[in-house]
Amino acid sequence: MARRIAVALPTLLLVMLFVFVLQRLLPGDPLLVMAGEERDPAVLEELRKFYRMDDPIPVQFLAWLRAVLGGNFGVSMRTGEPVIKLVAQTLPVTIQLAVASILIALAIGIPMGVLSAVRKGTALDYLANVISLSGLSIPNFWLGIMLILLVSVELRWLPASGYVSVFEDPWQALRTTIMPAFVLGSGLAATLMRHTRSAMLEVLRLDYIRTAYAKGLLRGTVIYKHALRNALVPIVTLSALLFGQLLAGAVLTEQVFTIPGFGKLIVDAVFNRDYGVVQGVVLCTAIAFILMNLVADVLYILINPRLRTA
Amino acid sequence: MRTLITATRRTVLVALGAALLAAPAAAQTLRIGLQEDPDILDPHEARTFVGRIAFASLCDKLIDTSPQLEFIPRLALSWSFSGDGKTMTMKLRPGVKFHDGTAFDAAAVKANIERAINLKTSRRKSELASVATVEALDSLTVAFKLKAPDAPLMAQLSDRAGMMLSPASFGQPVGPKPICSGPYKFVERVQNDRIVLERFADHWEKAEYAFDRVIFRIIPDTTVRLANLRSGQLDMLERLAPSDVKSAKADASLKVMSAVGLGYQGMTVNIGNGERGKTPLGQDRRIRRALSLSIDRDALNTVVFEGLYPPGIQPFPPASPYVDRGYAVPKRDLARARALLKEAGHPRYAFEMQVANNPVQQQLAQVIQAMAAEAGFEVKIKATEFASLLKDQSAGNYDVSQIGWSGRVDPDGNLHQFVTTGGGINDSKYSNPAVDEAMNAARAVYDVASRKKHYDAAMRILREDLPIIYLYHQPWIWAMSAKLQGFVPHPDGMIRLPGVR
Repeated sequence: MARRIAVALPTLLLVMLFVFVLQRLLPGDPLLVMAGEERDPAVLEELRKFYRMDDPIPVQFLAWLRAVLGGNFGVSMRTGEPVIKLVAQTLPVTIQLAVASILIALAIGIPMGVLSAVRKGTALDYLANVISLSGLSIPNFWLGIMLILLVSVELRWLPASGYVSVFEDPWQALRTTIMPAFVLGSGLAATLMRHTRSAMLEVLRLDYIRTAYAKGLLRGTVIYKHALRNALVPIVTLSALLFGQLLAGAVLTEQVFTIPGFGKLIVDAVFNRDYGVVQGVVLCTAIAFILMNLVADVLYILINPRLRTA
Repeated sequence: MRTLITATRRTVLVALGAALLAAPAAAQTLRIGLQEDPDILDPHEARTFVGRIAFASLCDKLIDTSPQLEFIPRLALSWSFSGDGKTMTMKLRPGVKFHDGTAFDAAAVKANIERAINLKTSRRKSELASVATVEALDSLTVAFKLKAPDAPLMAQLSDRAGMMLSPASFGQPVGPKPICSGPYKFVERVQNDRIVLERFADHWEKAEYAFDRVIFRIIPDTTVRLANLRSGQLDMLERLAPSDVKSAKADASLKVMSAVGLGYQGMTVNIGNGERGKTPLGQDRRIRRALSLSIDRDALNTVVFEGLYPPGIQPFPPASPYVDRGYAVPKRDLARARALLKEAGHPRYAFEMQVANNPVQQQLAQVIQAMAAEAGFEVKIKATEFASLLKDQSAGNYDVSQIGWSGRVDPDGNLHQFVTTGGGINDSKYSNPAVDEAMNAARAVYDVASRKKHYDAAMRILREDLPIIYLYHQPWIWAMSAKLQGFVPHPDGMIRLPGVR
């Protein structure tokens, strides 16, 4: 355990160094962006001094490191808001969206996968394949705008954008989340459907399924209790991976539905050359990932005693 | 007779009751869609256009401008200049309170102006550079002592430099919770999502404001912003895309209003900014004149902007009294353009034009490319992200840069820094003593007629030398629910809420 923590710290340091240097390699001067139309050279100089950007890069890095060790993750150079507050504001938003998307993806993807595996080669199978191919190839932002135009503008069933927390107002949260979650979930559903289908086909060929049928079990029981349960193992792993991707990968959907999420926070910060936010956010993410890995490692050991010596 | 009276009285009562019930329902929250997220909500540090829209409801200014661009009283009731032009005295409005309950007075003005000048991260320093000291003569009279006469100062005070914060709030960071004296006070902000304001019960002009809450929602995508207005999630939006104007006008539930802005769009030519200023284009003004003549500005307007963006040839907004009315937008003249190129010894001339990588500016660049090609220019378009474009432009790493200026009320703000020697935004590095002299002289006199003479003199030289080739003026286009009444379009693009209901 101690060794794992000992590995985590240098990893963190590397991530910090990487973000710090990479950012400064981007073209464009953050101060020019910040100064906007007030580009008086004297003012620029003073700002550069204030944000310590006239220091050599290693000195700037050490200053940042010192601040982080003191618990100060920095402030947005653009709005003056502390980074911790921004992360705390946006992360729950994206998590809510990601959970809803995964639920929708599972609800569509798994039954469709099972159905097309069981009815392999029938019209139903082909239809499911066409649907999943469309799900994979229709761009998120296009589907999003089309849905807004149809559901919000024409039919006026749902609000066109925004975010309401499920803990504040569950009904409004459902109304604002369902459309973006469907847009995100439809692409994932397609992936899940294809994996479910092939996993099911694999399992259905195995001996114990034949045995189950031979014992005279009902078809539904065999499919859902015996085959699907085993086919699900890789699907669960895949869903967990997809969920991780969603946290950062929901940017386009967040943009279309103007959801103030985590992905949008990073992208906007990069475009505004808001060094403080980019650095702080990446650092928070890295810490979260390292912590999650540590927890996962501990859980594995608890679940599987054979790993303990490793 | 009696029953008739009772019946009438009953009708009146019912009507009154209905009116009472309807009034609060009609006047609750106003939701305004903004195209970008404002930056820091501290008027001394802020720099974005959308930030100023939020400030218009949040912070009162000393003076304001009318749609005709005259100065009108707000927190200052009147102002006058001394004979030598170096003292400006203002009489302030009595009975004004900040959102924290403290009183607005001459000491507050002094504290605000000093903060704007001295704060390390202030963006107002150059705007207030002429101010030597501010003195509170009595509680409602304040005197600005100037280092030299400064005509553009009034325009600065009609914008963020003239916005008044509560001096009691200077101890903590202002941006996260600005305390001003405007008709609405700050409630909360969620970055990239919304800014919420609520009615300030002690505002000196509170009867003019119908809404209890104002919510600014940030929706960058123009299509999505309009969809939100159509579906009723917004009551109003700023910067409707020109391509959406036709369909929005056709929608009976919506209203579209516009005003030609204060700024311009043009092409800045590298004349002396590093090695790339030493090209024939930078050194020979005949080539620049040929480029300007090859462009059909009316066609630009029809092709790219659906006829909504008036063509331009001067830096001042069409509403400004400083426009030289004797100099109209020239017609395209290909024969003359070709002749000029030949005369300069470059019948075919190639250069690179950088442009921001948004669809509209790229389309504009392509149309210019096609037009200039007919005169003998080969324009290579370099579409780049705005942050890089700015950096390349100030570093001199460009031939021609398609860029604009959001514009200022005072003519000085649209020209001085761009064309004077050593000017802060003079990325062309154009330098001409005669222009410098005229531009500086225009700062030192206060009356419009004498200032205009100086600007006319400078513009006569500039339209021959062409460090900046002006193309068009951008209008501000607002769309709103047809039920919204009383909005007055203003050339500065702000959303002022008095009288809106």
